[in-house]
Amino acid sequence: MQIKMGRRHLVTPEGVDLQIELADVGARIGAFTIDLVIITLILIAAAYGLSSMSLYNEELAVTIFVLIAFLMRSFYFTLFELGRRSATPGKMALKIRVAARGKARLSAASVFARNALREIGFFLPLGFLFGIGMGGVDGWISLLASIWAGIFLFFPLFNKDRLRVGDLVAGTWVVRAPRPMLAADLVTTDKPEHEAVFARFVFTPAQIDAYGIKELHVLEDVLRASDREVLEDVANRIRTKIGWVWESGENETAFLRAYYAALRGRLESKMLMGVRRKDKFDKR
Amino acid sequence: MTRRTLTLKSKRFREERQEVWKEMESMLQRIESRSVRSLTDEEIIKLPRLYRSTLSSLSVARATSLDQSVVAYLESLSTRAYYVIYGSQKRLRDRIYGFFARDWPLAVQGAWKDLSASTFIFALGMLIGFVLVANNPDWFYSFMDERMASGRTPAASEEYLRETIYGYEKEDGGLGAFAAFLFSNNSRVSILAFALGFAFALPTAVLLLYNGLSIGAFIAVFTGKDLGFEVGGWLAIHGTTELFAIALAGAGGILIGRAVAFPGEMTRMESMRSKAEQAAIILGGVVVMMFVAGLIEGFGRQLIQNDWLRYGIGGFMLLFWLLYFFLPRKALEPHQALRK
Repeated sequence: MQIKMGRRHLVTPEGVDLQIELADVGARIGAFTIDLVIITLILIAAAYGLSSMSLYNEELAVTIFVLIAFLMRSFYFTLFELGRRSATPGKMALKIRVAARGKARLSAASVFARNALREIGFFLPLGFLFGIGMGGVDGWISLLASIWAGIFLFFPLFNKDRLRVGDLVAGTWVVRAPRPMLAADLVTTDKPEHEAVFARFVFTPAQIDAYGIKELHVLEDVLRASDREVLEDVANRIRTKIGWVWESGENETAFLRAYYAALRGRLESKMLMGVRRKDKFDKR
Repeated sequence: MTRRTLTLKSKRFREERQEVWKEMESMLQRIESRSVRSLTDEEIIKLPRLYRSTLSSLSVARATSLDQSVVAYLESLSTRAYYVIYGSQKRLRDRIYGFFARDWPLAVQGAWKDLSASTFIFALGMLIGFVLVANNPDWFYSFMDERMASGRTPAASEEYLRETIYGYEKEDGGLGAFAAFLFSNNSRVSILAFALGFAFALPTAVLLLYNGLSIGAFIAVFTGKDLGFEVGGWLAIHGTTELFAIALAGAGGILIGRAVAFPGEMTRMESMRSKAEQAAIILGGVVVMMFVAGLIEGFGRQLIQNDWLRYGIGGFMLLFWLLYFFLPRKALEPHQALRK
């Protein structure tokens, strides 16, 4: 079956293809950045809180800080991704989540493995880079570390499933997890007087047949966004295209909604007959 | 032409089904924010029916509706429901119990070849380090970082070395802080040994060898001053746990590297994938062992000064780990595995 770009087949045991959508690289970088900021803020807060404590028990304060830093670095991602939403706060904010590739269940071991690889992909080279400033390593090693980190960093850009090295090893990928609201149906008229306004628009079959599914979807987006200027512009184009006689005092939104309903009705009844009219160039 | 709005089948379809969708959505919301246990018994029974009904709505909508918002809504609803229904619903408590009772020891048992290999490489490194430094103390400086050795070099006096075996480690800020530091540092080295495994396990082997070299060199410094028995106790008390954990982390790396190097009938990718989970379980356990080792090292070693007691505790820990890992134990029965 044909599938849109960035989507992958996921057939449930009930036999329905969910066609999950991969998260784009921008969202992944954004999520990681948010998580890094959160980790840094927690560490700063911990250091601040413990600094007052260290006045009377320095050793305990240092111990707690070392443990918190270790937990944050090694388990922040793992613990959140083991949660019910399979996402860190950064991923939740950008509406993406971790999932097992294919039909397997996302196991704790996979989550652990994908995040263990973060250690060599991000934290290790980072440590080398900071090492220069402290005189720990020389320039060559930091150059190698940068190349090494670069390979890991750009890895998701060079494979079709946008896998990080950790995803590759652990058998996971990151998918979009949007939570859209069910928007009102555009062909519904909530008031009887609107029905009367709608009924004024009667289109001939030739006028309705001017467009296909692609244009219908654009029209839907325009109506939902309901930007006055765009509505006017689109209404004028459609009027010109179908040769609609303009009546004075005609409302753009009412005209477009009436045309949308007519077009959708026409295209859907064609679909029932097995014809999906792709766009206006598709003469079926 | 009122007929038009009334005959839209997709609209009627939506009006008839949307109550079910809303119900599914509110149920999902509760499951995701709390847990399945927040549902009543009737709701639990209803859940699979709602799920199948949502899925069938999705199929119908894709075939008959051109309303993008409905199709997108149903897609996301079905996907969320799929992950909830077919995801793992085990409680964290049961997961932790299962990990220690079965998953971890079984994963280690299954990797005994890799464990032997990594132990061998590790021990080889120690032996080489020991022999080299015992014959020519100058070798010491090529394996060990001077700062890490903190004065325990071949040039140090016997009194100083003896003091490091029985004295407190002041420079790192006391017992607890030192233990915490060692724990986090060792765990990261272990994670590294595992994570580097995919490159045919070569970096893992190098890491093991290098770690072995420095430990061997370290021991040689002490035996050179006739402190061999004493340093043995100093190392053994926590070392049986810590070195075992390092060997295990290496085994995890070798397991993956071996799968990549010798994939057999599978592709390299599939082969690596098939072993990654087992290796990750081993590694998860290694972090726990490092924590135990850190506790023994930070507290036990400083508080217990008797050599025999140190050897005794070390030996006991080694025996404990070996029995724990290699005593035969039952894998999950198939019907139980399904519920997992």
